[in-house]
Amino acid sequence: MLLHQELTRRQAFSLGLRAVLPMHLGVAPFGLIYGVVAVQSGIPALAAVLMSSVVFAGSSQFLIAQMVGTSAPMLIALGAVILVNLRHALYSASVAPALVHLPNRWKALLAYLLTDEAYAAAIPSLLATPRPPNAHWVLFGSGIGLWSGWQLATLAGVLIGAQLPSGLDLEFALPLTFIAIVVPMINSRARLIAAAVAGMAALVLAGLPFKTGLLLAAITGLIAGAMASKGKAA
Amino acid sequence: MTTLTPIEIWLLLAAAGLATLLTRASFIFAEGHYSAPGWLRQLMPFVPIATLTALTIPDIALIEGALALGLGNAKLWAGVVAVLVAARWKNILLTIASGFAALIVLRQLI
Repeated sequence: MLLHQELTRRQAFSLGLRAVLPMHLGVAPFGLIYGVVAVQSGIPALAAVLMSSVVFAGSSQFLIAQMVGTSAPMLIALGAVILVNLRHALYSASVAPALVHLPNRWKALLAYLLTDEAYAAAIPSLLATPRPPNAHWVLFGSGIGLWSGWQLATLAGVLIGAQLPSGLDLEFALPLTFIAIVVPMINSRARLIAAAVAGMAALVLAGLPFKTGLLLAAITGLIAGAMASKGKAA
Repeated sequence: MTTLTPIEIWLLLAAAGLATLLTRASFIFAEGHYSAPGWLRQLMPFVPIATLTALTIPDIALIEGALALGLGNAKLWAGVVAVLVAARWKNILLTIASGFAALIVLRQLI
């Protein structure tokens, strides 16, 4: 870990870039299926492509495509997106102490790049103690890596559109990617409890309107994990 | 096909983009201007695990919103295979590949 402390900017960037590389196997099929669904739901092709850089959030883009497809009222669709995205506020809170010393342009750039995958890839470096001085370059690297792959995959999905055969289960790529990220993180009893409680709560609360169950379940898991780790390191 | 007009779709896109950026920027920009209470800091180590698990479990354990824990739910059991592979080898590429492979096999069997 001594090496970690001495990372140059270039090495830190490359560390982040390489950390998200294997995730593309899951991100690419999901991006592809987003592009296909977006076009089929009646979103203009240009809007479907631009959404990947303007919104840049896989599950939200998928949700928008589904809601546009079912002609949901605009404000309802926007509300659902905001609720599904609220988990990013938790990510924001968790990386904030590591970025507090940076100028605003850096903060804005890293906030824009703060996806599930880029966050998960960079969090070990961002939370390391003592914090490597170039830790934010790891998040920059994972963010840029994920951004590039997402743009290509969603563009391909929009271009291929209806020609993609159905029944490929490509949307299964997202839960698989998250399983690959989460399971290795579970290295203590408290973390196992946080995961188990969040997962069960998500099932119980799945019926709540506009995906509010997701955020409530995540918060329930956080509290359970913190209670289980009282007095111990998480 | 949607009944929303292209203008409405573009507006939705812009608003969703702004809302997403503001959410992600919220605490990053607030840090240093408020002092987070200790209990809030204690929750933070569990954010990635709790959030991603809450996102994932309904995707594999529910079919059309109903709990589906039977043998007929191929995604659930392919997910279980992926969890076991991830726990044993801690390899992202291998986990995703084995999950997809398991799903393809299970779809043939079920």
